[in-house]
Amino acid sequence: MKKNKSTFKRNTLPKSPTSIQGLDEITGGGLPKGRPTLICGGAGCGKTLLAMEFLVRGATKYNEPGVYISFEETEKELTANVASLGFDLPDLIARKKIWLETIHVERDDIEESGEFNLEGLFIRIHYAIESINAKRVVLDTIETLFSGLPNPRILRGELRRLLRWLKNKGVTTIITGERGESNLTRNGLEEYVSDCVILLDHRVSDQSSIRRLRIVKYRGSEHGTNEYPFLIDEDGFSVLPVTSLGLNSISSKARISTGIPRLDTMLSGKGYYRGSTVLVSGTAGTGKTSLAAKFMESACKRGERVLYFAFEESPSQFMRNMSSIGIHLETYVRKGLLNFHATRPTLHGLERHLATTIKLINKIEPAIVIIDPIDAFITGDNQTEVKTMLLRLVDFLKMKHITAFFASLTAAGRNMELTDVSISSLIDTWLLLRDIEIGGERNRGLYVLKSRGMAHSNQIREFRMSDKGIDLLDVYVGSAGVLTGSARLSQEAKDRAEQIAHQQEIRRRQFGIARKRMSLEAQIADLRAEFEAEESETMKIISIEKAKSDRIAMDKSKMAKSRKADISLKKTG
Amino acid sequence: MIIKRNRIKNSKPIQAPFKTVSEKYNLRLYIAGLTPIAVAALSNLKSICEEKLKGKYHIVVIDLLKNPKLGRDDQILAIPTLMRKLPLPIRLIIGDLSDTQSVLAGLDLIARRQ
Repeated sequence: MKKNKSTFKRNTLPKSPTSIQGLDEITGGGLPKGRPTLICGGAGCGKTLLAMEFLVRGATKYNEPGVYISFEETEKELTANVASLGFDLPDLIARKKIWLETIHVERDDIEESGEFNLEGLFIRIHYAIESINAKRVVLDTIETLFSGLPNPRILRGELRRLLRWLKNKGVTTIITGERGESNLTRNGLEEYVSDCVILLDHRVSDQSSIRRLRIVKYRGSEHGTNEYPFLIDEDGFSVLPVTSLGLNSISSKARISTGIPRLDTMLSGKGYYRGSTVLVSGTAGTGKTSLAAKFMESACKRGERVLYFAFEESPSQFMRNMSSIGIHLETYVRKGLLNFHATRPTLHGLERHLATTIKLINKIEPAIVIIDPIDAFITGDNQTEVKTMLLRLVDFLKMKHITAFFASLTAAGRNMELTDVSISSLIDTWLLLRDIEIGGERNRGLYVLKSRGMAHSNQIREFRMSDKGIDLLDVYVGSAGVLTGSARLSQEAKDRAEQIAHQQEIRRRQFGIARKRMSLEAQIADLRAEFEAEESETMKIISIEKAKSDRIAMDKSKMAKSRKADISLKKTG
Repeated sequence: MIIKRNRIKNSKPIQAPFKTVSEKYNLRLYIAGLTPIAVAALSNLKSICEEKLKGKYHIVVIDLLKNPKLGRDDQILAIPTLMRKLPLPIRLIIGDLSDTQSVLAGLDLIARRQ
């Protein structure tokens, strides 16, 4: 719905793209085509450069030749000034892409006598436009006329006429104006330009300069209303509208290893999400950078490009330190996979840092960006600004599907879960490194404070660095509490001794019972033997007795036979 | 119709005039088409010259509509502009030249104001 609306608007109001990084985004496509735009701001805020870049880009990218009318600088000065941005003005002029007209007015030489108009200026502009078939015109700074020519009343009328005339010609015009005390411009030029007014600002805060751009008005078009930081560097003008992008980046389901197998296990077995934002916070010396180095190493092994913003160590120092824990990064630097950008954070203002960061990212196109540490930007009272900056950076990285890894230093004795820049809401995976002090030594503990979208471990691991690399160990959790380091080792030894004693006891008891069984069985055997002896004795007696009684019976029957006894006697036998 | 080079030479010789004017005045009047204001400027200029510089001046009228390049070369913005090319230094007077005092001041024929 909203999209339809904006395309509809874009159709009704044609725009002239500036091709200046970021500016087209916040203006929804560029400056109003065929209409004048006022760019105002104080001295040295970049009006001339913005205007010149508009012309040069138009001439080189969109085949729209442009006329530059300079009221202040000579051709030589202008050429030299923009050459530093890589614009070859003499060449463009020779190829009739740009027409440079310098207008010089000196009040002292001029006497006024009666009515006049600025038809001479009109003719010159007209001639210039016709000569190269220009579509774009810059008047920089037309206000100079007010100091150069007498009779402001006539000048105002002529200025109004000039802008109307340019509008009728259908050329897209930029006029620049010096910032005034109470008005946007010293001579109230904003009264004449009703279509689009852009304000540039240049201020110094905490000894670093910040340039900002704001669209004061843009008739008939949606536009960003914030103050957007911009900068001017060797590639020209760039505006950073990153916040305007909103939260509609697509999230990846792919996972990448942390470089430490056990840490992967803690993050449901697979590591970080690709394109997520990882924060490692901890007090000084807890191993944040080492964790980052391990992550870098594993990414480089996979052949991914890494961009490392170091604000504390120089690249060579960093690599030396990392090789002491078995991480060797030199090869990756040579292969161009690992890129360093080491500066002191105080070197530039925040905006410039952000801009250089974004430009470098665009240039190198890394899969992983590491910033170590993010707190380096905080100087005094600028936490909110740092947070906005990081927010913009995070949004930008998310949009580009770049995995971000931030290290953050927590001041000792402070709440561990409070980073200095309070950016926890931006973070997808937050690892906390902390010192655990037991038994006169400090050891490092690591745990996952949060990790969005995965079943992560709730365990504290001991984080150990040695010349073989980084290891995560189970901490001792037992009757004596949570133990690490040598305390853990001694406790473990104690435990082992106890266990051995226990096992011995068991064996002793087992042995005892076996013996008991043996003696019992011997007793049983004895009894059985005794019984058997008795039994056989008894049987013997029985058989003897039987034989005895048989004999008696036989003897009796013999006797009866002899006595001729009757049958009844047989029964007893 | 006035052409770009419009020489107005009036009875050249006669005599050496006021001491104030010892050199020849080389004047250019820039106009953009024959507008009423251009016509007024030219006639004002002529009468001033006839009065003060008789025989000592030379006027060239340049129509920028016909010669737009000259506007660039001579740095002309306002129309009409009267340029005193000689004697040096170059002086500019803008307007329809209706204010004779300021024309004379501009040509250094009387002391400049301010």
